[in-house]
Amino acid sequence: MYGLGLFKGLGITMKNLVSPSRQFNIVQYPNRRASPFDLAKLDNQNPVSFIATHPLKTFRSLLGLETITDRMPQHPNFRGEEFVWYDSRCTGCASCAKYCPLGIIEIVTGTSGVNQQEGQSYDIEVFDIDIGRCMFCGLCVEACPYDALHMGSGFEEGKYRRSDLIINVDQLKSAEKKPSTWFRPQLTNRGHDPIKGSTADWEEVGRHEKPSLEDQNEKWAKR
Amino acid sequence: MATIRTEPVTINLGPQHPSTHGVFRLRVTFDGEEIVDLEPVFGYLHRGTEKLAESRNYVQIVTLTDRMDYVASMSNNLAYVRTVEKLSDIKVPERAQYIRVISVELQRIASHLMATGFLLNDLGALATPLVYCFRERERILDLFEMLCGARITLSYMRPGGVFQDTPEEFWDSLNILISDFPNYLDELESLITTNEIVLARTIGVGLLSDAQAIDSGVTGPILRASSVKWDLRKANPYEIYDRVNFDIPIGSSGDTYDRYYVRLQEMRESIKIISQCIEQIEPGPVRTETPFFIRPPIGETYSSVEGPKGELGFYMVSDGGISPYRCKVRAPSFINLTPLRDMITGWKMGDLIIILGSIDIVLGEVDR
Amino acid sequence: MTPTPALFISFKSLQENFVTLIELIGFGESFGWLATLLAGISISFLIINVMVMATAFYTWFERRMIARFQVRRGPNRNGPFGMLQPFADVLKLIMKEDTIPDEADKPVFTLAPIALLAPTLMIMIVIPFGTFVNEEAYLSNLNIGILFIVGVTSVNSIAIFMAGWGSRNKYAILGSMRGAAMLISYEIPMALGITSVLILSGSLAMTEIVRSQSVWFILVMPMGFFVFMAAATAEMSRTPFDQIEAESELGSGYNTEYSGIKFAVLFLAEFMAPIVTAAVVTTLFLGGSHGFDFLPGGIWFALKMFIVIFGLLWLRSTWPRLRIDQIMGFAWKTLFGLGLFNIFLVAVEFTLADQFGEVVRTKGPEGGITATSLTTEYMLIMAAVNWIITIAVILIMANVVGRKKYTRPEPTPSPLANMGLGEN
Repeated sequence: MYGLGLFKGLGITMKNLVSPSRQFNIVQYPNRRASPFDLAKLDNQNPVSFIATHPLKTFRSLLGLETITDRMPQHPNFRGEEFVWYDSRCTGCASCAKYCPLGIIEIVTGTSGVNQQEGQSYDIEVFDIDIGRCMFCGLCVEACPYDALHMGSGFEEGKYRRSDLIINVDQLKSAEKKPSTWFRPQLTNRGHDPIKGSTADWEEVGRHEKPSLEDQNEKWAKR
Repeated sequence: MATIRTEPVTINLGPQHPSTHGVFRLRVTFDGEEIVDLEPVFGYLHRGTEKLAESRNYVQIVTLTDRMDYVASMSNNLAYVRTVEKLSDIKVPERAQYIRVISVELQRIASHLMATGFLLNDLGALATPLVYCFRERERILDLFEMLCGARITLSYMRPGGVFQDTPEEFWDSLNILISDFPNYLDELESLITTNEIVLARTIGVGLLSDAQAIDSGVTGPILRASSVKWDLRKANPYEIYDRVNFDIPIGSSGDTYDRYYVRLQEMRESIKIISQCIEQIEPGPVRTETPFFIRPPIGETYSSVEGPKGELGFYMVSDGGISPYRCKVRAPSFINLTPLRDMITGWKMGDLIIILGSIDIVLGEVDR
Repeated sequence: MTPTPALFISFKSLQENFVTLIELIGFGESFGWLATLLAGISISFLIINVMVMATAFYTWFERRMIARFQVRRGPNRNGPFGMLQPFADVLKLIMKEDTIPDEADKPVFTLAPIALLAPTLMIMIVIPFGTFVNEEAYLSNLNIGILFIVGVTSVNSIAIFMAGWGSRNKYAILGSMRGAAMLISYEIPMALGITSVLILSGSLAMTEIVRSQSVWFILVMPMGFFVFMAAATAEMSRTPFDQIEAESELGSGYNTEYSGIKFAVLFLAEFMAPIVTAAVVTTLFLGGSHGFDFLPGGIWFALKMFIVIFGLLWLRSTWPRLRIDQIMGFAWKTLFGLGLFNIFLVAVEFTLADQFGEVVRTKGPEGGITATSLTTEYMLIMAAVNWIITIAVILIMANVVGRKKYTRPEPTPSPLANMGLGEN
């Protein structure tokens, strides 16, 4: 029946306006207005005691002046804009630099003995990743045979100067390590959640078991 | 009665414009309100993908192909990866094929949602249907985040399969999405399909007859809207498309309304395909291990898939080295622009934007 | 309750108060003109301030409501609930550079925003707001209230044309030409809608129109309401008729070259129009300040205005826009025909009422204004009949046009497919 289609459209819009399942699920990043119940939950109190003990805060939040942070839930697999590097596992083989399609990883190893690790590792003097030009494809993470490089989980990496975007080896060593579980099934199997999980000492981070050399030879020889 | 002498005026619908879907320039000649001539100028987003591909190796090119049609990365990845596999005779495990088809169909839904939303935005509906479509697209992008960690430039596929298996929570979320989505499509339809203003503006506008469409070489929903029943998934079945049942929707007259409606129906068909894949999938390996520096044997091949915008094909020539000698992309958006002049001349200025929107071009693909 | 010398309410009372003040200060009788001048200035000050503040809050309300329709929040960062957002916008616009194109027509370019704003403000003079504290709050009870409104809104078309012409920009002129053509063509359906109200009320004065609505005119003549509402929506260039400011086509229409304060004034005039239109519609069709007694009449007026504004917002956020030739066709064919049909219908019913003696003729309180009104029972009968006729006419018209233009055949696969690659 022509002539009624317009009103059906109006009905859909009105339904979206009043349906609580849509209107109350809105996530506002970075922070949203907090009701007294949100503030009480943040403080781990029940609402009545919170209102009794913090009257000024309750009044301000009823006026709409208090905020709490709000983020979309992020999956542990998220390929963030940071890198997590375990220098005790890195041997300086530069596979990551070789895999990178853009060539932004710069690794310089030397023989000065300053940064020598135990075992068969190279002495890494320079390890620069330029996240200003990185596309976060993760091929470098896929490349690392020793599981020393992981993607991070953050995305708030804005800086004021372009030169600040080049991360060097000290920043990588001292950064807070929240590795994402991308391409690291051993982290997934442990149920690691980089957002809520702790960045515990990862000396024992497991290995992503690649096929053994015989298996690899067998597979490639078949082609 | 002598009429006033008028002159046609040429106006530049410049590269920066709110509704040309990217940096696309049109030199339009108007006679009053009617369009007399049209000349598209593009190349503003040319990044040299094909030349860059000659200096990267076969796995690194996957990241380049993401960024061609940046709205539908999975289809680009699939087309490229299939070409490499065809060139070097790599067999892909079954589970990988099922996962690939599920990802590509999800990506098709996301791309069509974006196309529909932007078509309605061009019609002037003040972004309300656009926001509704994007809300649903967000759920699909969340699924992709579970799969491969990124939302738009995915790089999920590798020659030999997909690079990582799906997490457990992916299947639960996918089931929820599949059960919700047809209701959402019904809601979108009642907002748009029977709206008389949309009907008045899109029916009979921008006609493309079937002979014209086939002569110009267009593929994809535009061809199907001109009532030509041609879909690569049925004509040349690849992956596991011969094991699932689905229909090919066609339109009756090739106008803008048909192009919109064909996309809507294709979304429903994609849901059907995904639910059948979920039933049929079995556990197994997802990747045939291939070396990073694949050296395909010397030769050349062409293989194509049915992307959301048309037939996306890669023609690759290999000389036995680690990079291809020549990698040519058959970009559907570029070829779909061929009948643009015939479709638009004779219509008015308000129709120009809608017809361009209904062809659904993505400048990343047109310019590569 | 005796009328106390209130600050606002009407020009006459202000004038009397100023005369008293002048005599108190000590000037003589010959300074009566000073009282008139001061009264006029204070009225203008009042109107401008109230309307600008109302428009500022209307922009806030519109952005929040449209956002809610789109399942998102509107601006909520500036001040509690984002209420300071209009002030932030105005502050930003004031601080921008006021550019004038080099070869533009400077007087025309500068005067166009003012020419757009002034008529919109002037409409508020004749609107009866109902009772707040005193009786009959209005600023001026012109005998020719409605005619004044129609005449004043015609200046809008000139102002839009001035804006486009003064910019000396191809896109601006295109936009403003279309705008001027559209605005002129929609004045006729507006006048036709108003005429049908006049038949029932018998007087052009707005207070008399309100008084003769014992049953709201939207119930009595829904077709007239539809015609007037559609025409008023187009006069304001709101969706679905906002082709002239269609941002997704050629630039931004007639206000492409404006920046800074001039753009702020154009923006203000554009957003003041719905408020003013809502006030006029409430007076003409929704019974003005009539309502139940537990709230004063002014509050009812505000509530009804709010409902009309909300309806306009709802339409804006749902429907796409029509093409310019479809808009013109709609005005000249559909609305014109419906308007004439509506006048005919109402006139026939009024004549029948006259025959049966259901017409009441009263003399207004100021003397000289004779208003007619029908008895309530007759208007209810008219309402029932008119609603049925309206719905029938609109559905029949829509279906006849729809069947002719919009039916689609079943899609059949073209024989040109199947290029020999096996069965599909």
